Amino acid sequence: MNGYRYLAGIVTGSVSLLKGMRVTFANMVSRPHTVQWPRQTAPLPARFRGHIRMLADEETGFPRCFACGSCARICPSACITVQGRKPGDRKKKVAVRFLLDFTKCSLCGLCVESCPARALAFSRDYALAGYRDTEFRTMDLLEGLASPFQF
Amino acid sequence: MSAPPTYSLESTDNGNFLLNLGPQHPGTHGVLRVVLQMDGEYILAADPVLGYGHRMQEKIAENMTYLQALPYVCRMDYLGAMSYSLAWVCAVEKLCSFEVPERAVHVRVMACELNRIASHLLWWGAYLLDLGAFTPFLQAFADREQILDLLEYITGSRLTYCYFRFGGLAADVDDVFLRRVEDFVTGFRQRLPRYHDLVTGNVIFHHRSKDVGVILPFEAAGYGVTGPCLRGSGFAYDVRKCEPYSGYDRFEFAVPAEQEGDCLARYNVRMAEMEQSLAIIEQAVATIPDGPYRARVPRVIRPPAGEVAMAVETPRGELVIFMVSDGSTRPCRVKFRVPSFANLSIFARLARGQLLADALAILGSLDMVIPEVDR
Ligand code: SF4
Ligand code: SF4
Repeated sequence: MNGYRYLAGIVTGSVSLLKGMRVTFANMVSRPHTVQWPRQTAPLPARFRGHIRMLADEETGFPRCFACGSCARICPSACITVQGRKPGDRKKKVAVRFLLDFTKCSLCGLCVESCPARALAFSRDYALAGYRDTEFRTMDLLEGLASPFQF
Repeated sequence: MSAPPTYSLESTDNGNFLLNLGPQHPGTHGVLRVVLQMDGEYILAADPVLGYGHRMQEKIAENMTYLQALPYVCRMDYLGAMSYSLAWVCAVEKLCSFEVPERAVHVRVMACELNRIASHLLWWGAYLLDLGAFTPFLQAFADREQILDLLEYITGSRLTYCYFRFGGLAADVDDVFLRRVEDFVTGFRQRLPRYHDLVTGNVIFHHRSKDVGVILPFEAAGYGVTGPCLRGSGFAYDVRKCEPYSGYDRFEFAVPAEQEGDCLARYNVRMAEMEQSLAIIEQAVATIPDGPYRARVPRVIRPPAGEVAMAVETPRGELVIFMVSDGSTRPCRVKFRVPSFANLSIFARLARGQLLADALAILGSLDMVIPEVDR
């Protein structure tokens, strides 16, 4: 009886192994799930949350931010430093300095949501690399945007 | 609590020695250190050492506004972050008596269940990796990837979602998402038998997991074990059924339980749970109403003074958030009762007298996330 059980165990065991191998071989000839990065990239969804970036006003090209400080206050990690001034002829302030400490940012998105001017958006930049952390400690989000101030 | 034991790495007279399992061991899935007292291949005593990943989550939450603490709770259990967000927002909503629109409730349930399947899949792959099989890991990741893509589509993030808000969601879902979820449910149902072919019936797997690490029912209750580990020991206890929250009472699902209490039973419970989650998702997609996705709540959350306890079934077990409000914008006291911590407490008892390789099988079957243990 024991010998019979032993043999039956070997047979059912072998069958189970073959069944598993069938799955493995089926996978071997199936289409790969991976993409060959960096030659190919996987699609990014529209809501992808990269580091934040500053949007420009369509008319003036200046940053949309009017330095209300709401994003800096809501940020859980205190990553945002923002300062603004009033250009001579206008009532609203415009940001002169907007620094992001990306080393501390948790990409939570609360700042983007809290901005009354809808001045912030997520970038689609995910392959950030640098030689030292200072490169990401004070990221200047106003870079490349026009400014109403003369320096 | 007794004084912390001191360890010496010298072997004693009778040939026993101490072995450090971790803090960087692939079988511990994080920075968990277990000091093992060994007699050859057998474990005489196991002593988990915690705290390598301690970040004072409770204290951090007490120093932040309710909204600011939301991204942090996801960092405890990064594999089941949706359930953690859900627990946090539900606790605050309970405290402030906010109503949540129907549509948001459905999306929340959908997102949490997708997250649960993703978490179980990762566990499945990693557990088999612990037992020495590599193919299942890749198989599970291929499917998990689809869930992450789905969740990324609505939340913009792959692990630490931070998607729920007090009174609803951060953003609405569209029809494309709902269709994709339906497709995933159909597709994953068809692929599940492959999982069983690959592993469940496998004779080697059976030998490694059957009658290994048996948690007796009274022990499970005594140690406060919850989740699939508790259900593997014969208790069909699931917070989603026993204290329904976030509209779980609207959906039909079973609570799978097994009697044996061994690693195989916990495995079977998780496999069955994935099917139940699929059923819940299917119902949520079918019955999702139109309407607002976020209720109008005050911009600054200032709950009335009082306290609240919110229990949620995460993929790993019962999470309880206890929160005391003093009427200000920050919680006065926050306490997280996390499932992994309680589940780890029984490990020392289970590992005693086992082979080292079996101890790894047991550790894996408890499905712990170490940052959650340390928090
Ligand atoms: S995404 Fe979150 S952590 Fe990052 S800057 Fe914005 S608010 Fe701060
Ligand atoms: S919330 Fe918007 S407008 Fe206010 S400081 Fe931040 S970016 Fe500028």
